Amino acid sequence: MSALVVQGLRKSFGRLEVLRGIDLDVAEHEVVCLIGASGSGKSTFLRCVNLLEPIDEGRIVVAGEEITARGVDVNRVRRRIGIVFQAYNLFPHMSVLGNVTLAPLKALRLPRAEAEARATELLGRFGLADKRDEYPDRLSGGQQQRVAIVRALAMRPDLMLLDEVTSALDPELVAEVLNVIRELAEAGMTMVIATHEMAFARDIANRVCFLDEGVILEQGLPEQMFTSPREPRTQQFLQRITEAGRL
Amino acid sequence: MPEPAPLGSRRSRILGGSDDGSGRSIAIAVASTVVFFGLIALLVASSPGWPEVKQAFFSREAFSDAFPDIVRAFGLNIRIFLVAEVFILVFALLLAVLRSIPGPVFFPLRALAVAYTDLFRGIPTILVIYILGFGAPALQISGVPRSPFFWGVVSLVLVYSAYVAEVYRAGIESVHPSQEAAARSLGLSRPQALRFVVLPQAVRRVVPPLLNDFIGLQKDSALVALIGPVEAFRQSQIEVAGSFNYTPYLATALLFVLLTIPLARFTDWLVARNRRRELAAGGR
Repeated sequence: MSALVVQGLRKSFGRLEVLRGIDLDVAEHEVVCLIGASGSGKSTFLRCVNLLEPIDEGRIVVAGEEITARGVDVNRVRRRIGIVFQAYNLFPHMSVLGNVTLAPLKALRLPRAEAEARATELLGRFGLADKRDEYPDRLSGGQQQRVAIVRALAMRPDLMLLDEVTSALDPELVAEVLNVIRELAEAGMTMVIATHEMAFARDIANRVCFLDEGVILEQGLPEQMFTSPREPRTQQFLQRITEAGRL
Repeated sequence: MPEPAPLGSRRSRILGGSDDGSGRSIAIAVASTVVFFGLIALLVASSPGWPEVKQAFFSREAFSDAFPDIVRAFGLNIRIFLVAEVFILVFALLLAVLRSIPGPVFFPLRALAVAYTDLFRGIPTILVIYILGFGAPALQISGVPRSPFFWGVVSLVLVYSAYVAEVYRAGIESVHPSQEAAARSLGLSRPQALRFVVLPQAVRRVVPPLLNDFIGLQKDSALVALIGPVEAFRQSQIEVAGSFNYTPYLATALLFVLLTIPLARFTDWLVARNRRRELAAGGR
């Protein structure tokens, strides 16, 4: 069964049509990278899959359940889908442990001991054990973003959506976050990743999708997409990225 | 981490703002203060009519006669605003939350909250106190309390909740929507996101303006005197009526000032601390 199926997804903000019919099928344990210029709809797409944005048309099916159907409990759906944002969005009034345990405690109603054990284990796994009691404003951007990833993982999601998670980071902090994502991929996490890190996408993705003006214009294996793209628009985009020294 | 601002910086601004040779600038400040206020005192004391003013407003014996009774009555003011404040904090938060519920279904609730704040921010406090304090007991409906203390507190709660709700609302709106999105994305319900993520940040940010309203409330506790309870202001009226000396009014004023100054300084301190923290957090 596919981990995620998206059919004919359309979304407009006012008169601006951002997604103009997206179809995507993601298998379990698959890592799909979305590339494309800013404004091509990558972030909006991920926010729609997490039901943070109501969609106008189409359907989204996660592990066999249509989550865009009427009467679906959005809170229950979101517990199974983790999303990490470009700007981390940690809760500044809570310690790292508080950030990571909040949803397991309140949404899953886990006992505190269990939620904390889960958080401690994850923080340790991603090199954040000593940051457990720090507040977000005492952490570097890379550390904050790793905490944000851990916070999403603490819900044990079936699917992770990563929205340009390294775009706000200083260059020297990018690697530590990418390593976390790589480790997740190796552990078999199903992921849809919007990214500008082309080398990383090429390295980690099972499949790369090029978004252009609200549609997936072209998709394929990373090797094929980065060396011999078919569409002129894809060629043009990758050309510009190469010129900027990002590939 | 940027260095926190040195603790003396605020003090030195009051004393003259120069950071060099603080011993010398303090000496200058002290000297000029003594001369300045000395001149004012001299001017006041030598003006015609000062003995009469002194007798009417600053009489030592009138003060010592009235002060103990006024202090005792002032206990009632403290009770009035402490009780009122607790209810205001809760009721105003409810109003602010009502006003922030999204969705067309909840329009009536939002409209109610808006109408409430508009109404009670518009009516003078003293009118509300008169309407409820005299009007409600006059209905003589059984079960409706007749105590002026009760209706005085209710009036203050109704009026101040409208202001405090707006303060809370400003706080709620100052929390970036991405915070709620992050909470919702983890599967928290909207009330949970509000309670655990938005409100704690909002309330922390509005503590200084809340304290400001609290100071206003302390003063307005004197208005309750107009429907009967003998609090400090009413007590001083009684004293004045007996002696034809206005010193008891000034004694009452002194009590209110003594009460509000610590709160005002505490508010200043909180504002300064928040600013330091924001600077520290914004340095990234």
